Amino acid sequence: MNPLINYAFPNDLHVHWSMMIVLYPYITGIVAGAFIVSSLYHVFDVKALKPISRFSLLFALAFLTCATLPLLMHLGRPERNMNIMLTPNPSSAMAGFGYIYNLYGILLTLEILFIYRPTLVELRRKSKGMMEKVYMLLTFNSDNLSERAIALDNKIISFLAAIGIPMACVLHGYVGFIFGGVKANPIWASPLMPVIFLLSACVSGIAGIILVYAVIKKIKGEQVDIDCMRTCVNYLAGFFIIDFVFEMLEVFSHSYLNNWYHHSVDGLLWGPLYNSFWVAQVGIFSVIPLLILGWLCLTKVKDSVYRVAAPILGLMLLLQVLFMRWNVVIGGQLMSKSHRGYVTFHPEWFDKEGIISVLVIMALPLIVLFILSKIFPFWMDEETEAVR
Amino acid sequence: MDGEKIKSDTKLDKERRTFIKNVLSGSIAGSLLLVLPMGADLVLGDSSRPESDIPEQIPGIRGREWDMKAHRFAFIVDITRCIGCGSCCVADKREYQIPDGFYRTWVERYLKDYEDNVYVDSPDGGVNGYQTPRDDLDVKIRDTFFVPKLCNMCEYPSCVQVCPVGATFRSPDGFVLIDSKRCVGCAYCIQACPYSVRFLHPVTRTAEKCTWCYHRVRKGLLPACVHVCPTHARKFGDLNDEESEVAKILSGPGVLTVLKKDMGNHPSLYYKGLRREVV
Ligand code: SF4
Ligand code: SF4
Repeated sequence: MNPLINYAFPNDLHVHWSMMIVLYPYITGIVAGAFIVSSLYHVFDVKALKPISRFSLLFALAFLTCATLPLLMHLGRPERNMNIMLTPNPSSAMAGFGYIYNLYGILLTLEILFIYRPTLVELRRKSKGMMEKVYMLLTFNSDNLSERAIALDNKIISFLAAIGIPMACVLHGYVGFIFGGVKANPIWASPLMPVIFLLSACVSGIAGIILVYAVIKKIKGEQVDIDCMRTCVNYLAGFFIIDFVFEMLEVFSHSYLNNWYHHSVDGLLWGPLYNSFWVAQVGIFSVIPLLILGWLCLTKVKDSVYRVAAPILGLMLLLQVLFMRWNVVIGGQLMSKSHRGYVTFHPEWFDKEGIISVLVIMALPLIVLFILSKIFPFWMDEETEAVR
Repeated sequence: MDGEKIKSDTKLDKERRTFIKNVLSGSIAGSLLLVLPMGADLVLGDSSRPESDIPEQIPGIRGREWDMKAHRFAFIVDITRCIGCGSCCVADKREYQIPDGFYRTWVERYLKDYEDNVYVDSPDGGVNGYQTPRDDLDVKIRDTFFVPKLCNMCEYPSCVQVCPVGATFRSPDGFVLIDSKRCVGCAYCIQACPYSVRFLHPVTRTAEKCTWCYHRVRKGLLPACVHVCPTHARKFGDLNDEESEVAKILSGPGVLTVLKKDMGNHPSLYYKGLRREVV
């Protein structure tokens, strides 16, 4: 943009929502998406997803435990965070987050405990000392595995999984609305925002599971279940196509409507966001994955090739969603409300909200996942298979 | 009553003495304060000072209980009068000790060439005054004007709507204020304000913005920026008082506009002689 006419309001030079607020929807999105994968099995009975039905729940839990971290890092006064739950302002789109997040956390934990109950009872019998205590706690000291008890468990599981779907959608669609409800910002203020956030959440969740599933199996020197992998990729294709269509629709309507308000969006996308939007989000991480998806889903790809291609695809789509979050959150703030100019954002390395913090926060869920794997076996072995 | 007066007078004397001592010892960077009457007023004029010492600037406030519903305040900026001297910004900065780079109020300079291109700038928010012409432009300028900006005190404030903890609120007397003890510093209000008048204070790490000098208004004083404006481009008053200047302007035939009307925020900040180029 011509620096002579570029004018941003003086207070707009600060990008107040920086990388932590990019991570926040990114992580909650992965949670929601991973939950949907497990629900496909538990509610919609997609049998092929059985091998990862439990893993995906723990994957969701691992990310959920870290979802509030970026928010706390971001708040100017993190010590007052409880105010959001103590004195919520009903008209604020942000006020409900604490409640939704906690409810969802409870639901997810309960579902995991019920699904794992037979396994945990079994493990409790086999273990000693500290672990025995842990399992006792996790089974609420009940070892009743009678047919009636299991049938009741199953009812509860179906119920939890079923209400979990709308809750996962609320959790993430709601995050989209935090942005979609800001009328002052033309790139955010769109009823499509929650929809796009939700769809991209599903994409990142499924993509993340494909990637981590493949990596864990690789490390353990085991084979991934190829049927399961193919089913995942098919779902991924479905969600991603709709997601991408909506993302492009959003851009198209902005440039077609093209009033003074939408005008700034065009200038943004073709100006400061050109590389991260057109080159990265759209070009490298959307168009290429779409081609790969077409190849994987529509042609007969050999299993051995599939095993390599699918995780690469997963990684690319994870990055696509990350770029999308970046372009929405940071990009939205690069457009001054003067509608006359743009500002720039340079991430810091060692800032509280800097690159190092981002890497640490993104690594934490994986550490949590590792700890969870010590308590909950991810993959079903024969004996538990018999029960469910 | 008498006893109370004596008590407050002694307290005042003590404060005066410490103030003068501080000035002499240099701990108040204060020679300026002695020269500029407004600043000195404010340093001395805390609640213990008898209000009658400072002449009343908004009639009908002193000596009565504050009635939340009695007033309807409006702020009018007359673009045709602003000379871009930056006095208002200086007064504001001094009133609130705002660190550099953050602005409760600022003044923009608009230039228009013969092709209708508009060039806007606001270096340091205009706090230094526009003393020299822009030297980076190589075009013939047709027209120049200045636009002061501040909180619009919206009737439907987006900042209040989005604040998750209710720290930003609209008080029944029409002022949109921030409870900095409650604010969690999430910056949602900053995103939501269509006029970008908010910022996160780097020291308190809470949201901050122009308050139309609520603390002064409650004592019958004009906002600091209004008080110092040498050309009377900034006007403030009670619309319920038919004799007030703002009431007369608002009910008169002159053209008044608000900024970004389409946002639906219904500002109580009006601009007189605003140009279509201004956002
Ligand atoms: S101008 Fe901005 S900060 Fe002021 S009341 Fe309106 S929305 Fe709130
Ligand atoms: S920064 Fe403070 S005042 Fe603004 S929305 Fe957040 S809590 Fe409310």
